[in-house]
Amino acid sequence: MPQQTVCPTCAEPLDPDDVFCGVCGMNLSAPPPVPAPSTEPDFELEPAAGAGPGCVHCGGRQVAPDGYCEACGGVQPRPRDHMEQSLPGVAGVSDRGVRHHRNEDSFMLAATSLPGGASAVLAVVCDGVSSASRPDEASQAAAEAASQSLLSTLEQGVAAEPAMRQAILTAADAVAALAYDGTAPTPHSNSPACTFVSTVAAAGVVTVGWVGDSRAYWIPDDREGAEPYRLTEDDSWAARMVSAGLMGEAEAYADARAHAITGWLGADAEEVEPHTVSFTPHVPGVLLVCTDGLWNYAEAATQLADLVRADARADPLRAARVLVDFAITAGGHDNITVAVLPVAPLTVEGYTETLLDMKVLGPLPTQPAAPLAPPMPPVPPAVPAPAVPSD
Amino acid sequence: MAKLSKSNPPTFNTDIFQNEYLADGAREVNAIVTVTSTGGGTTGGRPLGSLDAAAAAPSGDSAVVIMVDCSGSMDYPPTKMRNARDATAVAIDTIRDGVAFAVVAGTHEAKDIYPGDGTLAVADDRTREAAKQSLRKLSAGGGTAIGTWLDKADKLFLSRREIAIRHGILLTDGRNEHEKPEDLQRVLDRVTGHFTSDCRGVGTDWELPELRRISSALLGTVDIVAEPSGLAEDFRGMMATAMSKQVADVALRIWTPANASVKFVKQVAPDLEDLTGRRAEAGPRAGDYPTGSWGDESRDYHVCVEVPSAGVGNEMLAARISLVLPQADGSTEVLSQGLVKAVWTDDLASSTRISPQVAHYTGQAELAESIQVGLEAHRAGDLDLATAKLGAAVRLAHQTGNEGTYRLLQKVVDVVDPKEGTVRFRKDVSEADSMTLDTRSTKTVRVKK
Repeated sequence: MPQQTVCPTCAEPLDPDDVFCGVCGMNLSAPPPVPAPSTEPDFELEPAAGAGPGCVHCGGRQVAPDGYCEACGGVQPRPRDHMEQSLPGVAGVSDRGVRHHRNEDSFMLAATSLPGGASAVLAVVCDGVSSASRPDEASQAAAEAASQSLLSTLEQGVAAEPAMRQAILTAADAVAALAYDGTAPTPHSNSPACTFVSTVAAAGVVTVGWVGDSRAYWIPDDREGAEPYRLTEDDSWAARMVSAGLMGEAEAYADARAHAITGWLGADAEEVEPHTVSFTPHVPGVLLVCTDGLWNYAEAATQLADLVRADARADPLRAARVLVDFAITAGGHDNITVAVLPVAPLTVEGYTETLLDMKVLGPLPTQPAAPLAPPMPPVPPAVPAPAVPSD
Repeated sequence: MAKLSKSNPPTFNTDIFQNEYLADGAREVNAIVTVTSTGGGTTGGRPLGSLDAAAAAPSGDSAVVIMVDCSGSMDYPPTKMRNARDATAVAIDTIRDGVAFAVVAGTHEAKDIYPGDGTLAVADDRTREAAKQSLRKLSAGGGTAIGTWLDKADKLFLSRREIAIRHGILLTDGRNEHEKPEDLQRVLDRVTGHFTSDCRGVGTDWELPELRRISSALLGTVDIVAEPSGLAEDFRGMMATAMSKQVADVALRIWTPANASVKFVKQVAPDLEDLTGRRAEAGPRAGDYPTGSWGDESRDYHVCVEVPSAGVGNEMLAARISLVLPQADGSTEVLSQGLVKAVWTDDLASSTRISPQVAHYTGQAELAESIQVGLEAHRAGDLDLATAKLGAAVRLAHQTGNEGTYRLLQKVVDVVDPKEGTVRFRKDVSEADSMTLDTRSTKTVRVKK
């Protein structure tokens, strides 16, 4: 039996002679628990660990089919409490966190190829609005609808930005439909609603779409030579106050209303304004797509960049897990979902890396009035800035 | 208990109304359980085509015993006895063909005047007529010992053990003066669960606590018939309700997790009945609370459970509530089930919200208590307390739309301001009005839609 230096259950340091852990009472002479397989499952959601026979709370043997322990009444981990998925080119992790009783976030990852043969990878992350009814169903419906829509339009050769806008509208319809599916409305709650953020990396171009306060960040591998960047602008009260010039950023974000969202998907959203942005990365890095369960604890792109593992591009799942663990350790006040999408610059004939900087490949389709153009600081030469349609 | 189920019980539905969100550290979980039964032999979706079902027609499964007070006081005024006789005749007319029945004349002893052979008759035109003829024999004289009446009814029911739905109707006009309270209690303890019974007090010389104790134990209603002339209509209604019952001995089974306890279980609609003390253990962490027999009807229960506290973000099952029907072989059939949950949150908007149903019935219980305490204070001569309590009752009745109780209150107090609950005691409150208010204080209304 290998020598244990810390208790496998509670991480208390052990003496070589210890038979039981002095803190949690773990029997150390028993065979150590089999660690969860570290190989990532392909195309499969992994339920939370520990869902074996017996109650995870009291150890009781009987758990009713509806998921409640027949001794202590404790609810058993549900598949959505912790979800991980990994595909070639993208990985995502979602967790219930600490202070919420269920995971109302949802995400979808997918990969396909464009008609020309180039591969396209996408991630969709949605955060159910807690004050609305059935937020968990809303986020799942949105993520599934958007992912389906993106796959079919991209495969048909639709350009990424119009495809993204269509996906957002499709997701909005799917969430709105939940309000009319015959389920009795929860008293005192609004119609099912959620936020939305998605990225597509295809043919060297990254396209981001969002509604609400879920975010996407660009984190370059080389944190010295290039600057990490936030790619989305929240549909939130604070962001509106700042962009309208009514408040400074510090003042706006200190306000109790700061996080009230002004845009969402749902039957009672007045009008869904899909925001989209595209850019061409000229250096390797990762796209970080996340809910506020993460960015509440590390708001600035530079802060987040410090938490992204240097090998994130090689092992995106691990990078996503580390970010989720960071948010849980920081308090886990909300559900946390993180998708990590590695991006490498495309070497296209006729371009050199220096020339590629920020250039959007292909003509941008004309876009309706850009909502809340993200106010970006002056673009330093080596920093990729989103190409926002100017009008 | 005897044989308990029928081949075609009604369909039961259990709906739970609660706010499952608790603040950090909170332990008390409240829920309103609405149980609705539909169908059975009359309107349900179950076909009655098979021979088996035809053999188990609803009337063959019911028995009723009418207990009529014939003590000497029933002759003062003489109309009382006459009205009791007439009302019993009306009740007999309401008995459906095939239902087993008997009539007991109650004094300081009990006598089955029809059929008179220690068994039950089976209703048809002939037996109903014969029973009505036998009512002529009813005459007032002697004392009152209700325990002996219940004991006789029990024996009559036992003569037909195979009949599942057994219901009594008890009419009295006076106190239980000719037996010790403990004698009545002993009989009550013995017959509880054997049959259900409604109690009616005629006039104002009877004791409400006494009749309430009997009707509560026997899962029936208690009411006042202040004017003997109202008896016939009341008997017709009671009998119609008894005839509509399709399944007997249904229990509300409450499972709670380890280290949790049931603080109370009350029926809160159509009237208040505290069932907390009626718990019978039913396996690990589960207890059965009797609900009697059911027809097509809907009742509400308020269940309050104390659970061990858990941290924010945790969820647990606070109670699993089911309607169960004991089977002949000792097992139980679960008719329907609902879950009461507890979820701890730091979102104050969620945890401070009170379920409208829980709030409503908490108000109805407070209304009943205010009336009972107020009238008790009035009898004791504490007019200040009585006025304050009945003022609170007026405010609650007004606020919750309990118009029936509000009207009864108006006969006892002059309402100055119903919103504030400002009232003045009326000078000329009749004993009948005061007693009617007391008796019907437990009548509730349901949540306004």
